[in-house]
Amino acid sequence: MQMNPSLAVYRGLKRASINLATSVPCVNLQELLALVENDEEIIHVPVTREEEGVGICAGAWMAGRRPALLMQNSGLGNSINALASLDMLYGIPLLMIISHRGGKDEPIIGQVPMGQLTVPLLDAMKIRHYSPSPETAEETVACAWEKAAEEKRPEAVLLDLDFWRAK
Amino acid sequence: MKRIEAIALAAQAAAAQNALLVGNIGYPSRELFAVHDRPENFYMLGSMGLASSIGLGLALAQPEKKVIVLDGDGSVLMNLGTLATIAHHAPQNFLLVIQDNCCYGSTGSQPTCTHLGTDLAALAKAAGIKNVRKVERPGDLAEALLGKGVIVVKVEAGNATVPIISLSPKEIMERFSRCARQAMQLETR
Repeated sequence: MQMNPSLAVYRGLKRASINLATSVPCVNLQELLALVENDEEIIHVPVTREEEGVGICAGAWMAGRRPALLMQNSGLGNSINALASLDMLYGIPLLMIISHRGGKDEPIIGQVPMGQLTVPLLDAMKIRHYSPSPETAEETVACAWEKAAEEKRPEAVLLDLDFWRAK
Repeated sequence: MKRIEAIALAAQAAAAQNALLVGNIGYPSRELFAVHDRPENFYMLGSMGLASSIGLGLALAQPEKKVIVLDGDGSVLMNLGTLATIAHHAPQNFLLVIQDNCCYGSTGSQPTCTHLGTDLAALAKAAGIKNVRKVERPGDLAEALLGKGVIVVKVEAGNATVPIISLSPKEIMERFSRCARQAMQLETR
């Protein structure tokens, strides 16, 4: 039986004991966002802009929570300064779950420029990133948080169109 | 009122309420460090605009601890969406103090939109925040600091002559985080 992609990521968040999630939606994140919203152990904070989510997650971590930011890769562009001058400056961990648009078979042309820049931007910032399949996503998400917490840095899990199609 | 006077009042109120206090980027954090350093102060050194977001994260994570954020007009204008997010989560333990000097004080006092009439208190109310107060006098500020929601306090432009914060980012974060993670200490008999 094939693993449902949203459920696989959600199980990874649970295995990592993520208990505060900020989000800006992507159409591919809708099932995952519903799972997070309905989970009483997770405080879900929808935000107006991804950078705001980085700030809320940083505060929550300093007060003892395990935070994640759920967003589309367009939001990475909105978050660069906060990732660098808040998380990386102070040594604050963050798990980013990113719907990676703008790759192969992307129907929306506006997604393409940031889609192509997502990996170079993460590499330039020395933020580790992972691209799991639905079968490996639970493990990858949990490990990404462990690494982030251990090294007190942001880590990114990139989930492209193929990942969400694999139902 | 000078901004450093407002900051001193906020720091005093934070200490009296055993509250966490977030200082905004630039001179405001330096003034806070100079007038009343406590391990419960978080000095923001980067990420302009995010003081209120950091404070909201703290308040949601530790609902039994009061969180006071010292923000500025320029910074709030950079992250106006924060007012809507605060309104919809409305933590009872959260107080955002917007010190409005109508300019970008740390970069040469260039005017912000509040100089031209933008009303941050009206924006906060329109975003859905219930408790919004505008104050100008020290006595009114001291009283408002006991509450929650948003305070917009008019302060004079200009910075005090204060040194650079002598703590490293790691030191600031580690001592603050230790305080933020402690459960509220119960008042003992």
